[in-house]
Amino acid sequence: MRNDGTLDRRAVAAALLRDPGDLLVVSGLGAPSYDAAAAGDRPLNFYLWGAMGGAAMVGLGIALAQRSRRVLVLTGDGEMLMGMGSLATIAAADAPNLAIAVLDNARYGETGSQRSHTGLTTDLAAVAAACGWSAIATARDMAEVEALRPRLRQERLFAVIRISPDELPRHLPPRDGAHLADRFRRALGVPTD
Amino acid sequence: MTQPSWQMQVYAALRAARITQLAYVPDAGHAQLIEAAHADPVMRAVVLTTEEEGIALTAGAWLGGERAVLLMQSSGVGNCINMLSLPVNCRIPFFALITMRGEWAEFNPWQVPMGTATPAVLTAAGVHVRRADRADEVAEIVAASAALAFESAVPVAVLFSQRLVGAKVFAK
Repeated sequence: MRNDGTLDRRAVAAALLRDPGDLLVVSGLGAPSYDAAAAGDRPLNFYLWGAMGGAAMVGLGIALAQRSRRVLVLTGDGEMLMGMGSLATIAAADAPNLAIAVLDNARYGETGSQRSHTGLTTDLAAVAAACGWSAIATARDMAEVEALRPRLRQERLFAVIRISPDELPRHLPPRDGAHLADRFRRALGVPTD
Repeated sequence: MTQPSWQMQVYAALRAARITQLAYVPDAGHAQLIEAAHADPVMRAVVLTTEEEGIALTAGAWLGGERAVLLMQSSGVGNCINMLSLPVNCRIPFFALITMRGEWAEFNPWQVPMGTATPAVLTAAGVHVRRADRADEVAEIVAASAALAFESAVPVAVLFSQRLVGAKVFAK
């Protein structure tokens, strides 16, 4: 199996996050957090800088707490692979307001672009389907990415977007976790305990 | 009127602490809590494939304005360590109830290493550890530990001793 992604990851993130409204965004560590920040920093973006494998589950916790809001998890193939069991957990949970978009470059970009399993033998969309996700999609061009944008805000969708392995300049979001958590809760209007 | 079981007293303490999400890796010692959570329309019970998923879930619950608890047994503690950087770094409350294995009439030697290491490993990762040994003290310890976790925004784990929970019996 070869991953033949060609899409510019920043263009993909900018398209998916355009006019975010009150969308709640969780980004996985590494480049997806830079991509989300480059698309426009906002308090309702919660960037992970660590906790690898946890992005989707952070999204689930938010989605269960905020039933009337949409949650989008934007992460990479390596991060999703580390939390692959969470695809089963989320499929079995009652969270129709959660969607996941995986920016798949088939590489571990932060550590020297070593090939990941999605460039070897693993198809994450097929994994999600086997876990019970009824809506899955794979996008390979920008028209398909544009078509994903509304679906990610309406459906319980697991989407894989084949992006180019090119490394882009880092666009660093805030990395103080307490600050990120506090501003997220304030923007949501969660009362301080 | 008979006293509710200590397990149901613990469940009442979780509700009194306004916890509305309960994530778990199944464990016989937590079975009553898990059943109570699934039967309770207020509680969202989430079964996990591995314990560290629950660290991330409980952090998300807090970000979304709810309180969550994670149930596991001591063998799962080792799976959680890196993920604990999330609540620690983000100053997000973390609250876990952990049934102990490997310390009291344990039949299975594979449970002993992680059971022995559990308090030290949690402490090293920044988690405040409390321990309940007797049925008449569990609910109070859970209530006080939940208050510590959620009011002071720190990670807290309560260990339920194997003597309290009852050693698993392996029929031969």
